[in-house]
Amino acid sequence: MPVPADGLRVALFATCVNDMMFPSTPKAVVSVLERLGCTVEFPMEQTCCGQMFTNTGYFDAAVPTVRAYVKAFAGYDYIVAPSGSCTGAVRHQHPMLARHAKDDALIAAVDDIVTKTYDFSEFLVDVLGVTDVGGYFPHRVTYHPTCHSVRVAKVGDRPYQLLKAVKGIDLVPLPDADQCCGFGGTFSIKNPDVSVAMGADKARHVRETGAEYLITGDNACLMHIGGLLHRENSGVKPIHLAEVLAHTEGGAR
Amino acid sequence: MNAREEILSRIRTSLADVVQPDPALDVPNPWVYGQPTAMPDILERFVDMTVDYKADVRRVPSDQVAGLIKDMLLGVGVGSVVLPSGLDAGWRQAIAEAGITIHDDDPQLSRAELNGIDAVVTASAVSIAETGTIVLDHAADQGRRALTLVPDTHLCVVRADQVVSDVPEAVGRLAEAVTNGNPLTWISGPSATSDIELSRVEGVHGPRTLLVILAE
Amino acid sequence: MTTTEPMRRTPAPPSGTFLGMPTFPTNAKAQLNNTQMRKNLRNATTTIRAKRAKVVGEVENWEELRLAGAAIKDRTMRHLDSYLVLLEESLTKAGATVHWARDAAEANQIVVGLVKAKGVDEVVKVKSMATQEIELNEALEEAGVAAWETDLAELIVQLGHDRPSHILVPAIHRNRAEVREIFLREMHLYGTAAPEGLTDEPAVLAGAARTHLREKFLRAKVAVSGANFAIAETGTLVVVESEGNGRMCLTLPETLISVVGIEKVLPTIADLEVFMQLLPRSSTGERMNPYTSMWTGVTPGDGPQEVHVVLIDNGRTRVLADPDGRYALRCIRCSACLNICPVYERVGGHAYGSVYPGPIGAVLNPQLRGIESDIDKSLPFASTLCGACFDVCPVRIPIPDMLVHLRHKVADKKRQGLHLEPTIMTGAQWAFGDHKHFEFMESMAAVAAKVMKKDYLGPMPWPASPWTRARDLPMPPTESFRSWWKRTRGEGK
Repeated sequence: MPVPADGLRVALFATCVNDMMFPSTPKAVVSVLERLGCTVEFPMEQTCCGQMFTNTGYFDAAVPTVRAYVKAFAGYDYIVAPSGSCTGAVRHQHPMLARHAKDDALIAAVDDIVTKTYDFSEFLVDVLGVTDVGGYFPHRVTYHPTCHSVRVAKVGDRPYQLLKAVKGIDLVPLPDADQCCGFGGTFSIKNPDVSVAMGADKARHVRETGAEYLITGDNACLMHIGGLLHRENSGVKPIHLAEVLAHTEGGAR
Repeated sequence: MNAREEILSRIRTSLADVVQPDPALDVPNPWVYGQPTAMPDILERFVDMTVDYKADVRRVPSDQVAGLIKDMLLGVGVGSVVLPSGLDAGWRQAIAEAGITIHDDDPQLSRAELNGIDAVVTASAVSIAETGTIVLDHAADQGRRALTLVPDTHLCVVRADQVVSDVPEAVGRLAEAVTNGNPLTWISGPSATSDIELSRVEGVHGPRTLLVILAE
Repeated sequence: MTTTEPMRRTPAPPSGTFLGMPTFPTNAKAQLNNTQMRKNLRNATTTIRAKRAKVVGEVENWEELRLAGAAIKDRTMRHLDSYLVLLEESLTKAGATVHWARDAAEANQIVVGLVKAKGVDEVVKVKSMATQEIELNEALEEAGVAAWETDLAELIVQLGHDRPSHILVPAIHRNRAEVREIFLREMHLYGTAAPEGLTDEPAVLAGAARTHLREKFLRAKVAVSGANFAIAETGTLVVVESEGNGRMCLTLPETLISVVGIEKVLPTIADLEVFMQLLPRSSTGERMNPYTSMWTGVTPGDGPQEVHVVLIDNGRTRVLADPDGRYALRCIRCSACLNICPVYERVGGHAYGSVYPGPIGAVLNPQLRGIESDIDKSLPFASTLCGACFDVCPVRIPIPDMLVHLRHKVADKKRQGLHLEPTIMTGAQWAFGDHKHFEFMESMAAVAAKVMKKDYLGPMPWPASPWTRARDLPMPPTESFRSWWKRTRGEGK
């Protein structure tokens, strides 16, 4: 059941990539959530989901990020992240890491907190019960459903529901949308040639749509596809879903 | 330690974490075995699926089977057949009357002899509608496995009461034959391959022509 | 070929061993430039994905079937000793002789011994992953026995002096024009020649294979097979195939030797109702494969009257020992994970350094062989963790989680030696484990951004080169999100 947003207290998990590299995305999340009546807080103790360590095999190095996450977000009923991948890592990997650390208190804290962590699109559609967030974006766009948002966080078609409700948008389907873009975290530098071969196909499909903007719910994947699109001077701009939704009439690009 | 003892001992060491001795309690399996799959018309589905695999399928009343066997064999230019010992006598007579040379497998024909025979005619054990599969249990009306393999044309008669909805029902019906030591051959259309560019081609080593009569 | 080499009976495979191969990224880079292979694989995987999706979509209770498949396999693996003993008992009662082999060498020794005892110098073979894994053909060749592959794709690989690149379709990297050339060039050296005027039509090529192999089927006295399933309660072996070459080998010769991995056992005949639905639809994308053979030891008057079963370990008990790794033993070798994998699609099977390529190979090889060689250390990283493989796996092998688990094992090993990566990770742990350290790093990035005055960086030297060789890198902003938050909303929450 949707809950009324009126003053609903929401903790923002910006994620390290967004915090450091793409601040306009968490700013957009704040803007949309506040527009819908939420009270947004940003716990300063937060750092990172630890996925970079976990997926490279360094579980011990990932455990401090799990502790930081628990410390930062304890006591919140709603923790919202503009990343399917980081949301997925919290839900799917933090319980494993807490068990790896053999720390009962951490296990209990993690098992509780993972149920309160939401991807931005999930939070809007499932918790607040809205698909039309008042966005206005008069551009031709295409959306790449990132692998972790679909297969780990399982956001389903929620991003499409949200995008379809944006005024003025021309959302065109992306060919082979369900195929991975080739980013894969450290895969992108451990296997750079395969990563680029996959990304080149994704970038080609994006160009085929004639879109001005490529939208995803994960800025890390976007950094990879966007880096290829920028290198080839394609003119296609990468943009996060939250930033599209944050745009309103009057503030249009 | 011999290889058997060593492998079993390695397994037991590897499974030190397994404490429940009863496999069924250790790993519960909610699957319900032997359930039929609901479908509007089992026989119609069987025909559709078998045709989909490029077999020539005809539906006739039981008393017309013998005549149809004759017509279908002549239709594909068969001059010689091998017949299993337990084949219906009426069918055998119809084939003989058509002037087709009949070979018996008693004493057993050599591989080379089988290779020189055009076709084989058999009954069958169980058929599966959902997958278009005919199963032979190599009883006397089907003969040993080589008979239905080496000749290039296989005419197979399926009785309507032998057709089941799907794989679970079929496995249930076949369990007794397996327990009795019978080999089984599951046939779904003529032999085929997709090994070149994954494009399906009918006809490699097994019979390239599969003729099916569904007798009601 | 030099004159000092002894005469071979069968086409020589490429030189070199799998374990001597360089790392996956190195192999992959070379394969990415193989234009023909990439086109062949793109076409093939696109076709098979669509076929699989269609026939899986027809089955309403597909998810229940997957859960049942996983449960049956887990149950069997967790009590493997008792099921193997039962299988041995049933096989023996049915007239088969059971042999046990700890490793590839022992298995090869057993098979070579059995073949030599029959006084023959050739065997016909049903496509079998287990015999590929133990490299039986070469062991037979060394003993003066020719092993003829009879599956069309295996025949193409063998005649092409090649290695398999796919579990189900080992010649998936070849197209029809290449197959035609191989047949024209090689068939006459090893038996019936390819017919004159051979075209590259798949039906014509399949016809050439039929003619080439028929004489071998008609004269072979010994056949070697694997098995898709081995039923413990009855001693029944199952071979799932398409062409009828399997039926030829399993039926016509006098002696049949089946090499079976110990993980192939299933408890009961009834369990086949689950796997005979899961396997064909996942594998060839058909409702049912053209032919399946089931036999129980020796059937008097029908088929081989001497039946041997060689049960092989060859690393499987090592896989079994890891509770987070043993899921790999659920695998029924359907290839769905290869067909869906975006990495496999681009680099092909040869980059994986094993007869088991693709996602399942990336989790199976390092466990079967141990994390010792360069190739096995690199395989767990040969994935973006996109998760498509788990979605299509008929027995729900959690391949992405297992890759992460194996990466952990590789990282542990790296920490014992002299490697740069653990040092970098320790530094990163400092930076990301505490928000004050993270904020310090952000402030450094902001300084860099102010100095560089750029939105994107182009090609850069190492360590940025792996990223920037082909991709631009966005510059961090001059103000991080949390600096903005502090500036506009204060230090508190």
